[in-house]
Amino acid sequence: MPKLKSLDELRELRSRLKHEIKARTETATTITVGMGTCGIAAGAREVMQAFLDELSARQIDAHVVTTGCIGMCSKEPLVDIQQGNEPRITYGNVSPAMVPRIIEEHLIGGKVVQEWAVGRLVKEA
Amino acid sequence: MADLHRADVLVSCRHGRTPELVTALRDEIERRGLAEEIRVVETGCSGFCSVGPVITVRPEGHFYASVQPADVPELVEETLVKGRFVQRLAYKEAAGRKAITRYEDLPFYAKQMRIVLRNCGMIDPRSIDEYIAVGGYEALGKVLTSMTPDEVIAEIKKSGLRGRGGAGFHAGRKWEATRRAKGDIKYVIANGDEGDPGAFMDRALMEGDPHAIIEGMIIASYAVGSHQGYIYVRDEYPLAVENLTLAIQAAREYGLLGEDILGSGHSFDIRIVRGAGAFVCGESSALMQSLEGKVGEPRAKHVHATDRGLFDRPSCLNNVETLANVPQIILNGADWFASIGTERSKGTKAFCLVGKVRNPGLIEVPMGMTLKQIVNDIGGGPPKFRKVKAVQTGGPSGGCIPASMLDIPVDYESLTEAGSMMGSGGMIVLDDRTCMVDISRYFLEFLKEESCGKCAPCREGIKRMLEILVAMTNGTAKAGDLERLETLAKTVQTASLCGLGKSAPNPVLSTIRYFREEYEQHIKDGYCASGACRELTAYVIVDEKCKGCGLCIKVCPQEGISGEQKQPHYIDQAVCIKCGACYDVCRLDAIKIVPKAAVSLGGNGGNGHGTPAATPAKDKPGAAKGKA
Ligand SMILES: Cc1cc2nc3c(=O)[nH]c(=O)nc-3n(C[C@H](O)[C@H](O)[C@H](O)COP(=O)(O)O)c2cc1C
Repeated sequence: MPKLKSLDELRELRSRLKHEIKARTETATTITVGMGTCGIAAGAREVMQAFLDELSARQIDAHVVTTGCIGMCSKEPLVDIQQGNEPRITYGNVSPAMVPRIIEEHLIGGKVVQEWAVGRLVKEA
Repeated sequence: MADLHRADVLVSCRHGRTPELVTALRDEIERRGLAEEIRVVETGCSGFCSVGPVITVRPEGHFYASVQPADVPELVEETLVKGRFVQRLAYKEAAGRKAITRYEDLPFYAKQMRIVLRNCGMIDPRSIDEYIAVGGYEALGKVLTSMTPDEVIAEIKKSGLRGRGGAGFHAGRKWEATRRAKGDIKYVIANGDEGDPGAFMDRALMEGDPHAIIEGMIIASYAVGSHQGYIYVRDEYPLAVENLTLAIQAAREYGLLGEDILGSGHSFDIRIVRGAGAFVCGESSALMQSLEGKVGEPRAKHVHATDRGLFDRPSCLNNVETLANVPQIILNGADWFASIGTERSKGTKAFCLVGKVRNPGLIEVPMGMTLKQIVNDIGGGPPKFRKVKAVQTGGPSGGCIPASMLDIPVDYESLTEAGSMMGSGGMIVLDDRTCMVDISRYFLEFLKEESCGKCAPCREGIKRMLEILVAMTNGTAKAGDLERLETLAKTVQTASLCGLGKSAPNPVLSTIRYFREEYEQHIKDGYCASGACRELTAYVIVDEKCKGCGLCIKVCPQEGISGEQKQPHYIDQAVCIKCGACYDVCRLDAIKIVPKAAVSLGGNGGNGHGTPAATPAKDKPGAAKGKA
C-alpha cells in the first residue's frame, strides 16, 4: 500500500472501500433472490452472482438478499426488487443474461421491465 | 474477484469461545461454496455480554444470541442460503419470553446512543480499510487541510467535551494549555490503564476500534503541536495491545502516522507502553513516572503536566474514550455534540453495567439519562424476586447511590453531589442481598492494596479504616468505631497527595450518608440484615410460615436442614455455612436472617429451631433503633 499523500487520495480510497462493507450500510434498494430448493435447481445461484457482479462493476448501491421458496416454483428463479417506497416488483424465470437489462432499465432508469415482471405488490401505507 | 458481498456475518466478540465459532462459520461457508458472496467478520465487543457470542447478519439485521459452533450448519443453511430466520437462536426477553429477531429491535440497544462505541461490533478492528470505509480518518484530513490548530482547539472547547477518565476536566482547555506551554518538544498521551476492577469500557474500545483513538491522538497532536505520542495500556490487556499495535503499523503504512501526514507537513508517531497493572498508574503524574521507566508514584501538582509532565516537557494526557470522541466532533461539528447531554455534561458516556441486572454489558448513553432508565430500560431491571438497593458508580473510589435517588441524571455534577462520581464508567447494581458495610470493606481492601505508600494519610489511613470495617463485619466493632471511621475518612480525603487517597473514602462516606443505620446495626446489634456478613448471621425457620415443602432441604449444600413433609423444617446451626441458599429459594418468606448471637448452638440439639425473642426483625425497621 503506497502512502496516502493527500485528503483526496484518502477520499478516493474510501470510495473504493465503501463498496466492500455495503452489506452493513443503508441502501434504498433491496434485490431478493428466491433460494429455495426450487430456485437453486432453476439456477438462482447464478442469477444472484450475476447481480452481485453487475452491481459491483457499476458501483450501484443495493442490497442482495435471499429468501426461501415463495410458492411459485414454476416461475423460479424469482427476483424481487424493492426501491424505497415504490411497489415491489417480482420478475420470473430470470436468467443471468437478463440481469444487465433489469439493472439498466429498472434500477437505474426507474422503469419496470414489464415483459418480465410477474407480480407487483404495493406497500400498505 | 467479486468485491461485493451480499451478506456480512458479524461475530462478536473475541473473548470466550468466539474463535472456534468463527472457524466453524468460515469452514461451513467454504464447504457450501458461499465464500465469494458471504464474508465472516470478527468484530470487537458489541456490549451485549450476557448473551454472547452474538452474531448479526447484514444487511438483514438478523440477530442471534449465545451461538455455539454446533449451531453453525443450521444457521448457514437456513439464514445464509435460504434467507430464513432460525427461531431457536433468537434472543428472548426475560419478561414475557418474547423473541426478538432483529438487531434494530433489541431494547438493549434502543435506548443507547453509540458515538464512541459506534464501530465496536460493527467493523473488523484489525482492518484499517474497514475503518476508512466507515469514514475513518476523514476528520483528520479535514483538520490537517482546512483548520488551524487554534481552530481545532476552539471547536473542541465549544463542544464541551470533558475528560472521560475521572476528573471531567475540559479537554479543549487542556489542549490549549499544552499549546500555550513553552517548549519545542511536547507529548500527547492516551490513558488506557483502566484499573477499576470489573470495568472494561476502555478495553472494549481499544480492542474494538483502535483507529478511533489513534485518529483522536493525531488530531490532538496537531492542535497542541506535538510530534510524539504514547498510549499507556496495562499488560493484562493483551488483545488491546495487539490490536493497537496492528492499528499503528497500518496507519504508518498508509502514511497517517509518521512524516508529513497527508501532505500537510505535520509529523507524529505513537508508541505503546505497557504498564504492569497498578491502579495508581492510571493517575496522571504516576502514569508519567511509569512512562519514564520509574516506579509509578504520583507527585504533588504545583506544576501542571501541561507545562511540565513527561520528561519535564509539556504533556497532554487524555483518556482513550475522550480521544475517541474527537473525530466525531470534528466531522459533525461542536454544535451537534453540544446538543447531546445536559447543560454542563455534553455528549455520551460509556458504562460497564454489571451486578444485579438481567442484561449486564457495555453500554453508551447520552449524559443526563437517569440511573433508573439505565438500570431498568437497558439493564432489564434486577433479577426475579430481587430489588435494587443502590447503584455504585465511579469505580472503587466512587460512591453508592441509594434506590430512592435513582431518578438523578447521570452527569458529572449530579453524581458528585450525590457523593459519588462519574469516574471512568463503572456501574454496579446492588440488590437487597448486598450489605453496604461489606461493600465498603471490599472497595477499601482493593484501595489498601493499590495505595502506593508514598504519603502517610493514604497509606496508614486506608489501612486503619479497613481495620474498623473488618471489625464491623465480623462482630468485633466497638462503640465509637463509626465516628472514628468518619474522622479518619475526612482526614484521608483532605490530606492525601493524589486522587487515589483523596477519593478512597468515597465508598465509606457515601454508604454512611445513606445507610447509617446499617452500620449502627452491625456495631450495636451484631446484625447484618442482608446476611452478607456471615460471621454475624444465622438463618432460622419461622414455624408459622413454613409449610414443609422441602425446597430448602434440597438446595442446602451441607445437608443441614431436616424435617417431615408438611411439618416445619429446621436448620442445624452447627453445620450451617450461611450461604443463604435456603433463604433465596424459599417463596413463603419462612426463613429469616437473625443475629448469630440470637441463636444457641447448645440446648435443642443445636438446630436453632424456633424464633428467639430478642430479634431485630428486618421488616420492622424501627425495632433496632428502639432497643438502643
Ligand atoms: C488513582 C487514580 C487512578 C486513575 N486511573 C485512571 C485510568 O485508569 N484511566 C484514565 O483514563 N484515567 C485515570 N485516572 C484519571 C487521570 O489521572 C487523568 O485525570 C485522566 O487520564 C485525564 O484524562 P481525561 O481528562 O481525558 O479524563 C485516575 C486517577 C486516579 C487518581
